[in-house]
Amino acid sequence: MMDKPWSNRAWFFVIPVLVVVLFSSLLPMMTVVNYSVQDTMGQNHFFWNGAAWFQNLLDPTTDIGGRFASALVRNLIFSFVVLMIELPLGIAVAICIPRHGWKVGATLVLIALPLLIPWTVVGTIWEIFARQDIGLLGAALNGIGVHYNDTQDPTSAWATIVMMDVWHWTGMIALLSYAGLKAIPDAFYQAARIDGASRWSVFRNIELPKLQKVLVIAVLLRFMESFMIYTEPSVVTGGGPGEATSFLSLDLVKIALGQVDLGNAAAMSIVYYLITLTICWIFFTIMTQLDQRKGA
Amino acid sequence: MANVTLDHVAHAYPGAPGAAPTYALKPIDHMWRNGRAYALLGPSGCGKTTLLNIISGLVIPSEGRLLFDDRDVTRLSTEKRNIAQVFQFPVIYDTMTVAENLAFPLKNRGMDRASIERRVGEIADLLDLRPVLKRRARGLTADAKQKISLGRGLVRADVSAVLFDEPLTVIDPALKWELRSKLKAVHQALDMLMIYVTHDQVEALTFADEVVVMKDGEVLQIGTPADLFERPAHSFVGYFIGSPGMNFLPASLAGGRAVVGEAAFDLGAQYDAPAAGKRVELGFRPDYATLLPAGGLPVRVLRIEDLGRRRLARLGMGAHEVVATLPPDVDLAPGDAGGLHVPREHLHVFVDDLRIEGRSA
Repeated sequence: MMDKPWSNRAWFFVIPVLVVVLFSSLLPMMTVVNYSVQDTMGQNHFFWNGAAWFQNLLDPTTDIGGRFASALVRNLIFSFVVLMIELPLGIAVAICIPRHGWKVGATLVLIALPLLIPWTVVGTIWEIFARQDIGLLGAALNGIGVHYNDTQDPTSAWATIVMMDVWHWTGMIALLSYAGLKAIPDAFYQAARIDGASRWSVFRNIELPKLQKVLVIAVLLRFMESFMIYTEPSVVTGGGPGEATSFLSLDLVKIALGQVDLGNAAAMSIVYYLITLTICWIFFTIMTQLDQRKGA
Repeated sequence: MANVTLDHVAHAYPGAPGAAPTYALKPIDHMWRNGRAYALLGPSGCGKTTLLNIISGLVIPSEGRLLFDDRDVTRLSTEKRNIAQVFQFPVIYDTMTVAENLAFPLKNRGMDRASIERRVGEIADLLDLRPVLKRRARGLTADAKQKISLGRGLVRADVSAVLFDEPLTVIDPALKWELRSKLKAVHQALDMLMIYVTHDQVEALTFADEVVVMKDGEVLQIGTPADLFERPAHSFVGYFIGSPGMNFLPASLAGGRAVVGEAAFDLGAQYDAPAAGKRVELGFRPDYATLLPAGGLPVRVLRIEDLGRRRLARLGMGAHEVVATLPPDVDLAPGDAGGLHVPREHLHVFVDDLRIEGRSA
């Protein structure tokens, strides 16, 4: 160890990567930081504004603060609802997937199909699907006497967005869970049969604990994606009716590109980013800690 | 507790239509007696695990009947057979404590809490699991986990048989010996039928009262460890049991002697000359063959292997090679000439791999 030559020259080889990262993410992000602490009167003239944008944003009594808080709450409810539906449904689907024969391939392709569709197309499919005049879902529901109108009724809009997300993403959780289930050795099932365990007991005591690691990943991926959702609701409802489905990213785009309110948009971007990061970190820490504590 | 009888049991996987089925297990008749410990010994793919799974009910044999005492259980499901099985890898319920693991089969069968607690306590004492009863099972070592798997089988008082499928595979070598003697102690304490699958002859010979040697889906010999060593019924048994395996030399029989090249072994018994085209071999164990400086049959020393506790000599005998024991007081080096001595009661004649008995002269 002591004879090893000490040299820092290797760092030179890292420089190209640093330069690329600098231009690809660091600099654009710093522009956002830059806008978040300045204000402008136009003519490309900027002056220092301190933490005022942030104070406004985080104070729910202000106009922008109120918008942000309600969008955040909507977003959290949305993520919670889709996770609560997609997680159990995905696991249930995974358990029903056949384990042998040609049906495996057929089922897996079928389940993966929604994952392969571009997000704008998913949005368009559901926008048409939900229309009361020609959409299969909208027309059928109204036909049997259920009041359904996703452009005017907030409940209908929410139901449409949630159904669309479930349709789009349950397949991913099913595929992840299926991979996890396949990794359980046969001996566990055989032992459970010898022990006289019921099907529910097998699920509760063997499958679910063995799936835990896979489900941590699934929850993280689904949370991040649903918390940042933009494309599909933007196509289907455009955030409406009113503000009913205006999630954080939709609101952010409205402020940044619709109103060209750079200071508010920049402050909102940074807070949005930090919230996502923090929630994911908390999720991950809790779930891995839980895992370790059980092992002790 | 029961006697387990295999009545012409065989298992074949369906082959191509019209083609003869390929047997994973060729027809076998045998009775496993209650209270005894058996080992199924053979190389990988010999059908021993298939046989075990037939007894446990995980595989339904394609032919024959399986009886627990007089009850035909051939088509009965695993959970109705009252067997316990310990698998190659420890199977435990991760989220439960050791005590909950042990109680699980009883809870599933609807036993009352007081009886469960008493029974779990008994088994924990038997397996030395008492100190870890309250611990989560997943944090324990592999050998403790295997004891839990075994314990989950033993808690049911009505277990007909305990089956082991290479249970020491993932256990540290130092702990293997300990766990094996624990198994043996459990067997003596509970007086149950135990069947133990392994490819390790030391495990088989130390654990079992009787060893079943299998190869290519066929049972070659069932016997006590001494039987297998002293009177292997099949040349494979001679070769597979013992370390190193038996010496085999192509021979021809002439009266009471076996002629191998230039040399002739006195068999001390009369053998009928087998039909033409049959392969005759003379077998003897290196443990009973001694190399001395003179006398016996002339051999050359090719190599001496010092195993610490004993020395083996690899010898050239005409065109053949044999292994013999070199006594501690004999000093021979490679290249030396010597004499091979094998007592006649340790010479075996195999015709087409099967051992035949001679008539005493």
